[in-house]
Amino acid sequence: MTVKLTVISALGSLVWGTLLAAMRVSPVPLMRGFGTAYVNIVRNIPLTVIIVFNSLGLADIFGVTMGATDFKIQGFRLAVLGFVAYTAAFVCEAVRSGINTVPLGQAEAARAIGLSFSQTLRLIVLPQAFRSVIGPLANVLIALTKNTTVAAAIGVAEAAALMKTMIENEAQTLLIGAVFALGFVVLTLPTGLILGWLGKRLAVKR
Amino acid sequence: MSSVLYDTPGPRAKRRNVVLSVVFVLLLGLLLWWVWQKMDDKGQLKWSLWQPFTTSEAWTTYLLPGLGNTLKAAALSMVIALPLGAFFGIARLSDHRWVRGPAGVVVEFFRSIPVLLLMLFANEFFARSTNVTTEDRPLYAVVTGLVLYNASVLAEVVRAGILALPRGQTEAAYAIGLRKGQTMTSILLPQAVTAMLPAIVSQLVVIVKDTALGGVMIGYTELLNARSTFAANYANVIPSFIGVAIIFIVVNFILTSFASWLEGRLRRSKRSTGAVLSEDQVEMNPAAVGGGFGTGASV
Repeated sequence: MTVKLTVISALGSLVWGTLLAAMRVSPVPLMRGFGTAYVNIVRNIPLTVIIVFNSLGLADIFGVTMGATDFKIQGFRLAVLGFVAYTAAFVCEAVRSGINTVPLGQAEAARAIGLSFSQTLRLIVLPQAFRSVIGPLANVLIALTKNTTVAAAIGVAEAAALMKTMIENEAQTLLIGAVFALGFVVLTLPTGLILGWLGKRLAVKR
Repeated sequence: MSSVLYDTPGPRAKRRNVVLSVVFVLLLGLLLWWVWQKMDDKGQLKWSLWQPFTTSEAWTTYLLPGLGNTLKAAALSMVIALPLGAFFGIARLSDHRWVRGPAGVVVEFFRSIPVLLLMLFANEFFARSTNVTTEDRPLYAVVTGLVLYNASVLAEVVRAGILALPRGQTEAAYAIGLRKGQTMTSILLPQAVTAMLPAIVSQLVVIVKDTALGGVMIGYTELLNARSTFAANYANVIPSFIGVAIIFIVVNFILTSFASWLEGRLRRSKRSTGAVLSEDQVEMNPAAVGGGFGTGASV
C-alpha cells in the first residue's frame, strides 16, 4: 500500500509540479503570481492538515468521493490528491532551480532561432533542467515515501497504520518497530542510491 | 519585465499575453466560483460558522493553547536536537573509523524512517516501559520522534557546513599547533555555525509542521488537535480548517522570511569584511547546505 501510494502520488505531483514551474517562469504575469502564491501557501501548511482536511472537509461536507463507492478506495484517492497537491509545490521548486542551472546561452540561442516560449521550454530548457535536478527530485521522492505514512491519519491501511495496530496488540514492541523501520530503510536507501547514480550518468556535461 | 526565456513582448505578444491572462483569470474565477457555490450549497458561508473567530473565548480556550503547545513541542525538539545533531555531525567527520562508522549508521538510519513511525514507537515505548503519566506521554512521544529525526538531519547540515569551509582554515590551525579538538571548537565551528543558520531556521519550519502529526495520531493537544475540539464545539469544520491553515501559514512564513533575510544578511556581511570565506565559497554555501538538505528534509 505504501509503495502504491508513493508511485501514484509521485507521478501526479511530477506532472502538476512541472506545470507549476512552467507557470512560474511564463511570460504571463498572472500565471507567475498564481504559481508563486500556490507554492508559498501549500509549502507552509503541514501535510497532516491537508490530508485530514481532504477526509473531513472535502469528503464529509462537500461529498467529494472521487468517484469511489468504497470507503477505503475513497480514502486512498483523497490521500493521493493531498500528496499530489503538497509534493507538487516541492517538485516545482526543484524544477525551477533546475531551470536556473541551464546556462543563459541555451535559452538565448533558442530565442535567436525563433522558438516561442513554450518551444524553448519544452525542447531546450526542460530536458536539460530535468537531468540536473534528478538529485533534488530524488530527495523529494524519498520524502514522499516517508510522508505516505501520514495517510494513516485518515485510515488508509499503509505501513504506519499497520504498525500502530500491531504495536498495540502484540507484545514485542521493539521487534515490530525494528521490522517497519527496516522496511523503510530498504525502500528509501536504494531509491537514493539508484537515482543519485542515474543523476550522475545523465548529468549534462559542461 | 523580461527574462531570458522569452523575448520582450512586442505588440502581438502583448495582445496574446492579455488574452492568455483573461482566459486564465476566467478559469481561475470559474474554479473559485464553483468552490464558493459548493460552500454556499452546504451552508458553509453562514456568518454563525465564522463568527467564533471573532470571540475571545475561541482563541483563549482552543486556538492559542493549541498554538502554544505546537510551539512548545517545536522549541523543545529544536533545543534538544541541535546539540545531538552537532555531536553526530562532528562524529561523522572523525578520523577514527570506529567513531565515524556508527555515527554514520545512526544518522542514515533515523533519516530514512518516517517521523510518524518514530512517534508511534516512542508513544508505545513510553506507555510500556516507563512511568510517564498519560497526560505527559503525547508530548514526550512527539518530542522524542522529532528529536531523533531532526538530530540526524541537523547532523548532515553541520557536516555539510563544516565541509564547506575552505581547507586552508584547518591547515592554518594545524600549522599554528592547535590540536584537533581545538581546531574544531575554536576555528571550524564558529565559522560553520553562521553558514548553517539559515538551514537551521528552515529546519524549524519542518519541525513546526511535523508537530501536527502528533496531534492526529497520538493525541497531543497541538493546534490541529485543538481544531477538532473547536470544530466540535461550534460545528464549523471547514472554517476551522481554513483558520488553522492560515495560522500555520503565518507562523511558517515568518520563519522562512527570517531564514532568507538571515541568509542575505550573512552573505552581505561576509562580502563586506571579506575575511572569512572567499566569494565563490559563499555562493556555494547555501547550495551545499540549504539546497542539498532543504529539499530533502523540508518536505
